[in-house]
Amino acid sequence: MINDKILNGLLLDETTVLSLDEVCQACSSSNEWVIELVQEGVLEPRGHQQTQWQFSARCLQKAHAAMRLQRDLDINLSGIALALDLLDEIDSLKSRLLQLEQAAK
Amino acid sequence: MDYKDYYTIMGVARDAKQDEIKRAYRKLARKYHPDVNKADDAEARFKEVGEAYDVLKDPEKRAAYDQLGANWKTGQDFNPPPNWDEGYEFSGGYSDGDGADYSDFFESLFGQQFKQEQSGRQQAGFNARGQDHHAKVSIELIDAYQGATHSVTLNAAELDANGQVVTKQRTLKVKIPKGVKKGQRIRLAGQGSAGMGQGGKGDLYLEIDFKAHPFYRADGHDVYLDLPITPWEAALGANITVPTPDGPVDLKIPAGTQGGSKMRLKARGIPSTPPGDLYVVPQITLPAADTDEAKALYQQMEKTLGYNPRSKLGV
Repeated sequence: MINDKILNGLLLDETTVLSLDEVCQACSSSNEWVIELVQEGVLEPRGHQQTQWQFSARCLQKAHAAMRLQRDLDINLSGIALALDLLDEIDSLKSRLLQLEQAAK
Repeated sequence: MDYKDYYTIMGVARDAKQDEIKRAYRKLARKYHPDVNKADDAEARFKEVGEAYDVLKDPEKRAAYDQLGANWKTGQDFNPPPNWDEGYEFSGGYSDGDGADYSDFFESLFGQQFKQEQSGRQQAGFNARGQDHHAKVSIELIDAYQGATHSVTLNAAELDANGQVVTKQRTLKVKIPKGVKKGQRIRLAGQGSAGMGQGGKGDLYLEIDFKAHPFYRADGHDVYLDLPITPWEAALGANITVPTPDGPVDLKIPAGTQGGSKMRLKARGIPSTPPGDLYVVPQITLPAADTDEAKALYQQMEKTLGYNPRSKLGV
């Protein structure tokens, strides 16, 4: 099936701001689960009050990854927090390595 | 259809105990989970392991699979013998209801139960939002500078009018906005799976990846270019023309430029607010000493310059 209509999506970039409800909806999860992710430090929304929380696109990406890790690998939230921190670190080390390898060529 | 050797996939012996199979699965699932392992084939391996575990963890399915015999090899052409599953009663079928993730081999053996289950669920008046889909789209760097329209082909499991699971391929044309960077996602509302009952459709998330470019590489919104220069351009300085994804620009190389140093062309990276920068990394290349004249020039430099690049090494 080919649809010729050109779809315009929403680019989730630095300007994206999502509320708690929007993150829950995008993860098909309960409010409590997202709040636990915040308490665990996996997600760091802006705003002090829960009602004023503003989540970035990066937060949503992390919430999706957390959801998959929990579902597929049966990891608890502190394990997920640790895994995501380490994955971030691996990512930045890999990009530094790439830069250095290119420069050494 | 290709036979799948679930024991080889899991790396266990055919007489492995259940707890051994579980341990092997846990280990492989962690290793190949697509959020953990960024290799191109990780997702396929992860699904394959999931499928193998789905069969081997269930004593009934495992027994049915085992009686196909041990002489089959992965990839061998396979058709299930008639009534092969007679006398076996399966508890499950698919574990998470995403039929597209399983191989034809699995479906030919265990697919029927799933189809019956799904059609049962469909009629139960159950409401749920459709699943979100996640896919990657590889674009050229220039697309991030200018924006583009990309065709994305997706495979998705759907239920047809008879409640049978069918894999449908669909192609979408998607606008890639100017200014995207690697790892960013585009959300297409309502392009995921259909919901059940009154539940709305899920969304489609497209993650941006850049195809490797012969001379540019992107890091966030910044772009790097290795620029070959001659020894005299590096030593004396020069005005040279440099390619950028936006078109060529003139760049002044200062006298005494060393290879590997970084020169920043402000706001020549991927456009965004703020725009990325383009970093030019000069690489000094040597002309070959393949004629008498060229050799004489190098010998002249040796005599005249008396340069020792290893003086810091104490030799």
